[in-house]
Amino acid sequence: MNRENIAETAAPLAGACPKVSRRFRLQWEEAQQSWVLLYPEGMVRLNRSAGEILRRCDGTRTLETIVGELEQSFGASDLAADVGAFIDMARQQQWLEAGAGRP
Amino acid sequence: MNAPLPAPPLATPGPPLWLLAEVTYRCPLHCAFCYNPVDFARHDGELATEDWLRVLREARAAGSVQCGFSGGEPLMRDDLEVLVAEAHRLGFYTNLLTSGVGLDARRAQALREAGLDHIQLSFQDSTRELNDFLSHTRTFDLKQRVAGLIKDNGWPMVMNCVIHRLNIDYVENIIDMAVALGAEYLELANSQYYSWALLNRDQLMPSRAQLERAERIVNECRQRLGDRIRIFFVVPDYYETRPKKCMNGWGEVFLTVTPDGTALPCHTARMLPGLDFPNVRDMDVKSIWYGSEGFNRYRGDAWMKEPCRSCPDKEKDRGGCRCQAWMLAGDPAAADPVCDKSPHHGKVVKAVEQASDPGWKGGAKPLIFRDPRRSRELGAVEKSAAGA
Ligand code: SF4
Ligand code: SF4
Repeated sequence: MNRENIAETAAPLAGACPKVSRRFRLQWEEAQQSWVLLYPEGMVRLNRSAGEILRRCDGTRTLETIVGELEQSFGASDLAADVGAFIDMARQQQWLEAGAGRP
Repeated sequence: MNAPLPAPPLATPGPPLWLLAEVTYRCPLHCAFCYNPVDFARHDGELATEDWLRVLREARAAGSVQCGFSGGEPLMRDDLEVLVAEAHRLGFYTNLLTSGVGLDARRAQALREAGLDHIQLSFQDSTRELNDFLSHTRTFDLKQRVAGLIKDNGWPMVMNCVIHRLNIDYVENIIDMAVALGAEYLELANSQYYSWALLNRDQLMPSRAQLERAERIVNECRQRLGDRIRIFFVVPDYYETRPKKCMNGWGEVFLTVTPDGTALPCHTARMLPGLDFPNVRDMDVKSIWYGSEGFNRYRGDAWMKEPCRSCPDKEKDRGGCRCQAWMLAGDPAAADPVCDKSPHHGKVVKAVEQASDPGWKGGAKPLIFRDPRRSRELGAVEKSAAGA
């Protein structure tokens, strides 16, 4: 990953709609009771919070919307920083489309 | 909210997350390092389409999520598209492991429509055609055509090449070939010494100097190529002093179904003595996975002997590979002789020393190429080679 990409991922823009990369497939696995990310010959098993964030990264919701939804379903406030940090990490892992949904 | 990864571990044994469907042993190629059993020709009687469809459904219900179609050459089966379509419908992530022989535009499109997620294309220098392979002629034309089909269909480009004594000096050519073909990932997998590769070990095992040089070149290529390609270099375990956790643990993740329906915890486990592996014709996948003696025998650590039993690393590697223990120590419950705590480690050291000796003549023996006639002749060799 080059310098420019890193700078980009470090500050998710307000109004951006993160979207799971087409290189991965996100799906619910009953047998594992979790969301997983599938890719060629591999799988990342996500814990509950990661799954709840990623399944909302469908390219139609802004980061603010995602945070709002999560705060509501987890009965929490101030999740913005945690969600933002996870989104950064997910971008670095290339789980999310680079720059998708940017204004 | 807690940190995103990893999720809590699954109960043991977890589901058979990985299903490897070896749909046929038929193959037009003759690789000297072929991982199919030496006596593959004895196991004819391939599962019918309906059997495979049932296996896919049962495995998915048992929690399998990755499905690899391999062989032999899986494209030799003309119902491959039907199997892929069912796997896709069931929610599997579908992978095709192929040499590319038999893939044309029509089949590629049919596989795409069936929902195939990924093709892993092997550079199969069958070693007989090494020069051809290295001079980029016929092989290159074929791979180029197939690589084009992979790109046209929007699949990620993942390439694999088995590395051995005869081609390891040319890793840079192989990497450049992969780049020229537009590969995004390249796996340089050093030959593991099972099956045909064990028969040919003297000729295939690289010297330490070759291996070190290749590792250096791979690192230089990574620097030079940056983001253009990700290169994985898998070191042969003979050069290690601790074994790998074979198959990520016996009966923990992998389920292989062979062309005739035998269910195995790993594609070479069939060689192990005194173990009956169930057949999908007689038993459903869930019972096979959780209830059969074949799968339960080497789960956990109760079966271990010394030095593994009291070893602090036993969770890490589970005593290594059962097949290698059988082949080199003559006992499938022994420590994998790759481990330097094994009393048989000397055999591994000797093979490495031999291969590294500049005067080593073993490499001059003729290679034994995989083909059905040889397979019938050699049916018993693998068993009698055990403990040698
Ligand atoms: S290793 Fe070679 S000969 Fe064996 S199945 Fe694969 S392509 Fe065929
Ligand atoms: S003694 Fe057995 S468990 Fe310990 S490192 Fe060696 S193979 Fe692994």
